[in-house]
Amino acid sequence: MLVSASFVLMMTTPALALFYGGMSRSKSVLNMMMMSFSSLGIVGIIYVLWGWSMSYGDQDVAMLFNNPFETFGLKGVSGVDYIFVGFQLTFAVITAALISGAVADRLKFSAWVLFLPLWVTFSYFPLAHMVWGGGFLSGEDGALADLIGGAAPVDYAGGTVVHINAGVAGLVLALMLGKRLGFGKEPIKPHNLPLTMIGAGLLWLGWYGFNVGSIVFAADGTDESNAIFLSETSLVWLNTTVAAAAAVVGWMVIEKIRHGKATSLGAASGVVAGLVAITPACGALSPIGAIILGLVSGALCALAVGLKYKLGFDDALDVVGVHLVGGLVGTVGIGFLATTGGVFYGDGAKLLLTQVVIALFAMVWSAVFTFLVALLVKLVIGLRVDEEAEIEGVDFSEHGETGYDFGTAVGRGRSVLGTTTSDKVKEGASA
Amino acid sequence: MKLVTAVIKPHKWEDVREALETFGVAGMTVSEVSGYGRQKGHTEVYRGAEYDIALVPKIRIEIVVEDSDAADIVDIVVKTAQTGRIGDGKVWVMPVDSVVRVRTGDKDEAAL
Repeated sequence: MLVSASFVLMMTTPALALFYGGMSRSKSVLNMMMMSFSSLGIVGIIYVLWGWSMSYGDQDVAMLFNNPFETFGLKGVSGVDYIFVGFQLTFAVITAALISGAVADRLKFSAWVLFLPLWVTFSYFPLAHMVWGGGFLSGEDGALADLIGGAAPVDYAGGTVVHINAGVAGLVLALMLGKRLGFGKEPIKPHNLPLTMIGAGLLWLGWYGFNVGSIVFAADGTDESNAIFLSETSLVWLNTTVAAAAAVVGWMVIEKIRHGKATSLGAASGVVAGLVAITPACGALSPIGAIILGLVSGALCALAVGLKYKLGFDDALDVVGVHLVGGLVGTVGIGFLATTGGVFYGDGAKLLLTQVVIALFAMVWSAVFTFLVALLVKLVIGLRVDEEAEIEGVDFSEHGETGYDFGTAVGRGRSVLGTTTSDKVKEGASA
Repeated sequence: MKLVTAVIKPHKWEDVREALETFGVAGMTVSEVSGYGRQKGHTEVYRGAEYDIALVPKIRIEIVVEDSDAADIVDIVVKTAQTGRIGDGKVWVMPVDSVVRVRTGDKDEAAL
């Protein structure tokens, strides 16, 4: 589990930072990467303070969240439990970082820094409690599935908590921020697709930590549970792999049909679309089911990323098209494809009903609390940078840096046309 | 004297250079440029969004030559740079009033 937690951490930095950074424009690559790094910094601390307590504990409030003060600062947590905290911490970090793809090029960095702790507190921790902590979206008595007479819901590693949650939050923020200047009129292209492909590859690797690592919670150390643990990890590893593989194929086929060429960005996006869809389903499907789910997710996400142009919202790097749509495909797909309880296995529609309803509930929860939190941030410090800063690029306006300096590279440091060095910099150059 | 300017496809640059050297051209100025002609660039697709890229990369060659050589040089460039496909480029010739070699101060034909 220590290894799994480290893998999931790698998904945020560097994997997601590279994946998103390559898709940004060169004038905002650093800001995009900084949003991942700051999620690690800020959410990482918050999780230890009250995140774990709100997600897991015995002082449940209306099955929606746990008392944040029960184990505030990990009071009473010790020994081997720290690794459960660490593992879950990385989930909160990556979920918050996923949202940043929707707000590229135009969100104030200060607004992001204020948004992060509020959003995880009101949207992520409660949903984590509801799904995994024995709350309203779990299989407990009195929970949603019980109330509607459905089967116990399945969300292995975060279809609702992670992907639907981040996807809806991205959509709400994109709507509140408005479109980037020039959206739909001038080319806003990815500036470095090799970075994006490296990022997608690392995300795939990290995803094994995400999905396979989630199994340990069921193991109690006896021979029997060890055997179950081994067979489950094997299945989950294989399902994770083939779903991602199938989604690459699904995305490429759609591209070939629509535009005549399979693109590298499409293949990288397909990897993520498949991994997103298999996240909630990886322990409930057969490998053939995982391939079907991956194909469907790859194809649907490829079709969905064009929606922002048709519907007129600027979800810059397609958080909605990949994570919300992929998360819905996975969460709802379980209702059809689960080897226990799925429609295709002759078990009726009880599980399907549950999966649809918990997905809808998670969407509404995330939308409401993202909106309220973003509105608060907007009223306090504003959300969007001014027009001049946006044109110049948020790397410079928000961080005082630029990602690439080719001015001196061309002349190997001897360009007579490059920047001149001020006295102040010369003095500090050797420091 | 004439200035021959040729805009050609980048992958034809080496062929054209060799042919010109064989003919006896002593020097030239070459730059990487971009532009478009009747074909109007190309289309790139990113996650389903199509972008029309108007400017296509080209190589521009500039050579100052004696009047008598200009027509031959144009022929050589056209022959070696031609693929028959759209976007092969253009060659044009302009009169040059005077030329000075910076190192020696030589003028006109002596400076070529």
